[in-house]
Amino acid sequence: MSFDASSARGDLILTRITKEYGDFKAVDDLSLTIPKGSFFALLGPSGCGKTTTLRMIAGLEEPTVGSIHLGETDITTTKPYQRPINTVFQNYALFPHLTIFENIAFGLRRRGIKDVDAEVNKVLSLVELPHLAGRKPTQLSGGQQQRIALARAIVNRPALLLLDEPLGALDLKLRRQMQIELKWIQKEVGLTFVHVTHDQEEAMTMADTIAVMNEGKIEQMGSPADLYDDPETAFVANFLGQSNLIKGTISGNDGDSLIADVFGQKISLPKSRSHAVDNSIYVGIRPEKFRISLLNTPVNGNVLTGGRIEDVSYIGVSTQYQVEMPWGQELMVFEQNDDGVAPFNKGDAVNISWAPVFTFALRGDEDITAGSEVNPEDLDEE
Amino acid sequence: MGKIRTPYLLLLPGFGFLFVFFILPILNLAQTSTQTPVGGGDTGQYEQTFRFQNYIDAFVENKEQFGRSFVYALIATLLALAISYPLAYAIAFKSGKYKNFFLVLVVAPFFTSFLLRTVAWKQILGEEGFVVPTLRSVGIISDSTTLTSTAFAVVMGMTYNFLPFMTLPLFASIDRIDPRTLEASGDLYANGFTTFRKVTLPLSMPGVVAGTLLTFIPAAGDYVNAAILGSPNTKMIGNVIESRYFKIVDYPTAAALSFTLMAAILILVTVYIRKAGTEELV
Repeated sequence: MSFDASSARGDLILTRITKEYGDFKAVDDLSLTIPKGSFFALLGPSGCGKTTTLRMIAGLEEPTVGSIHLGETDITTTKPYQRPINTVFQNYALFPHLTIFENIAFGLRRRGIKDVDAEVNKVLSLVELPHLAGRKPTQLSGGQQQRIALARAIVNRPALLLLDEPLGALDLKLRRQMQIELKWIQKEVGLTFVHVTHDQEEAMTMADTIAVMNEGKIEQMGSPADLYDDPETAFVANFLGQSNLIKGTISGNDGDSLIADVFGQKISLPKSRSHAVDNSIYVGIRPEKFRISLLNTPVNGNVLTGGRIEDVSYIGVSTQYQVEMPWGQELMVFEQNDDGVAPFNKGDAVNISWAPVFTFALRGDEDITAGSEVNPEDLDEE
Repeated sequence: MGKIRTPYLLLLPGFGFLFVFFILPILNLAQTSTQTPVGGGDTGQYEQTFRFQNYIDAFVENKEQFGRSFVYALIATLLALAISYPLAYAIAFKSGKYKNFFLVLVVAPFFTSFLLRTVAWKQILGEEGFVVPTLRSVGIISDSTTLTSTAFAVVMGMTYNFLPFMTLPLFASIDRIDPRTLEASGDLYANGFTTFRKVTLPLSMPGVVAGTLLTFIPAAGDYVNAAILGSPNTKMIGNVIESRYFKIVDYPTAAALSFTLMAAILILVTVYIRKAGTEELV
């Protein structure tokens, strides 16, 4: 074991990590590379293993199997204090007996940094709270404590900054503001951020790359747009935003497109967005991609006919419809209120249409409720 | 008006009790401490002459016992702290679901009489106990050395008897420490020892102060341990007060000694709390 680990820099590489607690596998054979300088999010519901993964990176837990490298250096078994990694803890974990200044100076003093005053003041300005240096943590609001926790970590210029649900305790408005600020600070200081959250909107707002975790494994990894537009599993389709998943069968081939049969109606979808293994599929369309039209209006693209409006909710920027299809399924449709046209009424007979490019296809044997029963708001505590 | 008076009415029984059983006896004691024997009267007959010299006489006569009381109490307090801190730490952080069980074990000795438990130490440290033969066979003490009726026995007895008073406040304050602050310390480049010094110990200071006070104050005035486990050479000030009162019937000296002890403890405690700087922490 060497102290050289403290100067390690580079990509973070997790290789076939497994963490078991008795019979329970919190993390299951997980491999992952987080490029230097990126803003990476681990997203998933409570108990999916994301916090355990973070704690193993921080050195607070040791993997049962597998290795962790930072650049060329193996840090799997090094102690937390020997790693050039700092954490912004859930609920901040500020030292209640120390002033804000001493909280931030803690890491610098341990490493014997010379100009503590200048470093602390610089980072206090960065988080815009220089006037609080002399206070104690309990005298600060939640949002202020959050920024101090961030300052206490980034002042050390770690190779990697870990954020464990850092915004979970803040109210919605403050959370939105901090999301933008965190993103800005990450660009400003140029550190690698690894952010753990169960809030898909938070992950999408901030991260360059998101890894969606479920039951100790990574379901899918990619940019927010990739994950949203082209989910590979029902879990991702439901956990990131909402999806309409309709049972169908692939019935043909047309250049770059596949032709699918959906309860007797033909639609087409891009080949590149099919994640099916055989002809049995679920056709997926995001609710805002649908357009509603009255029965006899001509429309382009994919059309499913025979719908009937079951429910109308006007929510300002958009109107949300529940449309019952002939096969009994209710589809969700979000229409922007940008065309001055009066909304459709309950009971209207309608067609539903969309551009084929927005279609994705999942395996036909998936559990289409996966990821949809989780209400992120209920899961503030892991 | 009625509403404003209610809290005071509720305080009345408490104040009444304190007045009858604390203020009045203290005043009585103060009065006794400056009395002198009635000329030609019986033993135990005293009259008020405001002789403050009583205090000086009493102190000069018993300097040694005073000193011994504070030294024994200090050693017992430090020993109790050294034993209790790891114990309280382990119960707070490492005992998991057995936390309450261990806490019950800490207070379990209270279910037996204090006197009985002190007498038991006589057996433990006696010739037939396992301690003396063991220490002799390892060669730590010589064959002629005994442990009963020694300062060692008195300090051991005091340490043992006051241990729960140290452990419980320590536990209460260590248990309140958020374990994530300890993780944060490790995350911020502090090793185990530095984390203890910079985070755990400062955060548990209220418990350390409360525990040491709850141990030191009664230990300094204790006489049971010295009476049962000690010898005439290990007499503490408590033993002197006890014998002045009940055996020699020298009430003024006993009262003067009591006041001197009280004042000394008060001064020491004030200085200690100032030094420990706990006002900010609590």
